[in-house]
Amino acid sequence: MDIIGKRYWFFGLSLLIIIPGLIALGLGGMKPGIDFTGGSLIEVQFDSGAAPEPQAVRQTVQEVVGEDVIVQSSGASGVLIKLKPIDEATQQEILTSLRKDYGAVTVLQFESVGPAMGNEVAQRAAGAVALASVAIALYVTYAFRRVPNPFRFGIAAIASLVHDVLLLLGLEAMLGLFLGWEADALFLTAVLTVIGFSVHDTIVVFDRIRENQTLHRRIPFETVVNHSIVQTLDRSINTTLTVLLTLFALALFGGATTRHFIVILLIGMFSGTYSSVFNAAAILVVWENRDWQRWFRRRPAQSSPS
Amino acid sequence: MYGRMARWLLVILIVLALDLWINWPGTSFLQIGTWGREVRIRQGLDLRGGLQVLLEADVPANVVVTSSDMQTVRTVIENRVNGLGVTEPIVQVSGTRRILVELPGFEKTEDAIALIKETGLLEFVDAGTTRLVQGAEVMTDVRKGIAQAQPTPSATVAAAGITPTAATTPSETIYHTVMTGAALDTVGVGTDSLGSPSIDFKLTSDGAKVFAEYTTASIGTYLAIVLDGKVISSPVIKNAITDGQGQISGSFTIETANQLAVQLRYGALPVPLRVARTETVGPSLGQDSLRRSMIAGAIGLGTVILFMLLYYRLPGFLADLALGLYALTSLSIYRLLPVTFTLPGIAGFILSVGMAVDANVLIFERLKEELRAGRSLQSAVEAGWSRAWPSIRDSNISTLITCSILIWFGGTFGASIVKGFAVTLAIGVLVSMFTAIIATRTLLHLVLDRIDFSKRHGWFGI
Repeated sequence: MDIIGKRYWFFGLSLLIIIPGLIALGLGGMKPGIDFTGGSLIEVQFDSGAAPEPQAVRQTVQEVVGEDVIVQSSGASGVLIKLKPIDEATQQEILTSLRKDYGAVTVLQFESVGPAMGNEVAQRAAGAVALASVAIALYVTYAFRRVPNPFRFGIAAIASLVHDVLLLLGLEAMLGLFLGWEADALFLTAVLTVIGFSVHDTIVVFDRIRENQTLHRRIPFETVVNHSIVQTLDRSINTTLTVLLTLFALALFGGATTRHFIVILLIGMFSGTYSSVFNAAAILVVWENRDWQRWFRRRPAQSSPS
Repeated sequence: MYGRMARWLLVILIVLALDLWINWPGTSFLQIGTWGREVRIRQGLDLRGGLQVLLEADVPANVVVTSSDMQTVRTVIENRVNGLGVTEPIVQVSGTRRILVELPGFEKTEDAIALIKETGLLEFVDAGTTRLVQGAEVMTDVRKGIAQAQPTPSATVAAAGITPTAATTPSETIYHTVMTGAALDTVGVGTDSLGSPSIDFKLTSDGAKVFAEYTTASIGTYLAIVLDGKVISSPVIKNAITDGQGQISGSFTIETANQLAVQLRYGALPVPLRVARTETVGPSLGQDSLRRSMIAGAIGLGTVILFMLLYYRLPGFLADLALGLYALTSLSIYRLLPVTFTLPGIAGFILSVGMAVDANVLIFERLKEELRAGRSLQSAVEAGWSRAWPSIRDSNISTLITCSILIWFGGTFGASIVKGFAVTLAIGVLVSMFTAIIATRTLLHLVLDRIDFSKRHGWFGI
């Protein structure tokens, strides 16, 4: 199986998914949730069993707070109300008007985040992702210190990690654009978890390269890498399969509250394995062979007139 | 070789026995010698409903809040919250200037916030000849005044001419407050004439004057010390205190004396607080999600167990046993620490199962390779294990790195959901290393070393 020889096909496939995501991101598809922006969220259930039209609920709520209010339906008998940060007293006023207009309601959840708090969370979130990346690059460089060019291993691991983060950000932006999904603290958790798992997979492949390199010193690096990928392919597929199976079960049968989180994890795990197997090791080869010297020539070097 | 394996087998059996004991239905308390601990699964707010409030020091960003201030805030809030009668409230310092309060099963956000942010009123109350029980709620003339001063509609009515006592039940006694905590200058822990711990205090000069007059007139009566309307101590006045220095002796231990000193010193919060975030979850939402997650987890785990069995055959079966040990051990640790279980926490646990499986898959794939290369079963097991180990170690360490960053992040912002997920995942990773290194390997040796591989290829899926 020649995986390394087709490396540019695999890079292309990654771009095919990442680029539309980045476009969605550029179009402002990413909708940060109240964890990052500050604001309030009230989820209520109407005891009558059938929720009124979101538009009507919005009218009622706006009569109380008089400002931008977003109302979405949530299940058959509930609505999600999103608005600026409010205190408990205002929440009670809103509930009183809702009860007056639509009968008894039950509060499923109420959350209110101050804007300054949200801002700080958003800043630190970016810091957390950056910190995780740097820490992992350093660890990988350290773990592979006995092979030639350990730093390349660290950078390649980071590249595959950036791949996964970009893919997830783009995906979240697309979901935000088409389905109105919001990125909350759990989205961040999912991204960081995927980072951990992606590096996990990358290290398994790199470890095999490390071992084969010391065993077969005369074989070209490209062949060693390809051989290592093929050798670890069974493991990569089986492990990913077991993780994906459990996540699928959670996504299909688990509660609605964590579904968003699970879906992001599911796709991220897949991306993590893909980038480890098809991209991370390939980047090592690109670097070793200095591929870029040939990127802008029309013909391979040997066929050009000398 | 066998000696070592026998030792490990013993370790495994001990762990298994402990696991079974801790997780046995009905076990709620663990006692080994003098060491005892509750072992119940703590459910997070998203599962059983309740209230979470994140408070922030209400001071400009450039003002430093010391960690001892925050610890004091925590102690004070903890004392107040304990009065709510909520089971297992959590009060935690989050980062450098925030404090997280979780009240499971409590939904009156407004009441809770009012209570938490209360400034903290310490009073010395004239209790006459009644010895007030510690923890009793009392009404005093000072507290009454504060209640009246609040700009509620009823207060306006009261001010308009209705007598203040009309609002209270006839049986309620209103005690006279001699002085408040404002009169205290310093408070410390000392020893009384009998050598047992006591509280030593010094009053401000104004306070000393008031106190001197009062104590001279009231020798032999009780002086109740009341914090936020609750009696914390009820000493007898033994003699007149005219120099503004006093000692409260009673049946204190060093600990209770210290605790009381802290309460006296910090009856008021050392820094003002504002609400940064509140979250209320109704109980119905959580229980439904919990049930669904449990079903999903069971289906997921069942599929994994089946997959391992079908794909790896005999080693797969052994891995399933190791997985069982893994799941039980993780649960035991969650109960012992205890870890608060949240929905993402359950997801973290299920994910870590994937990681535990990965360690086994790595070992078995190696085992197969070595067997195909013609090695004997015994040496293949050892080679498979030792070659898979660097991968297992390095990959798990990278996951632990991200977990620790998540724990830090979750801790700083009181995002207990993020933290819960990371903690369960990290514990899962550590336990999975244990089961991969010890359980799987020992089981493989124990069973495979007795098998003639040349006749049993089918058992290995080769």
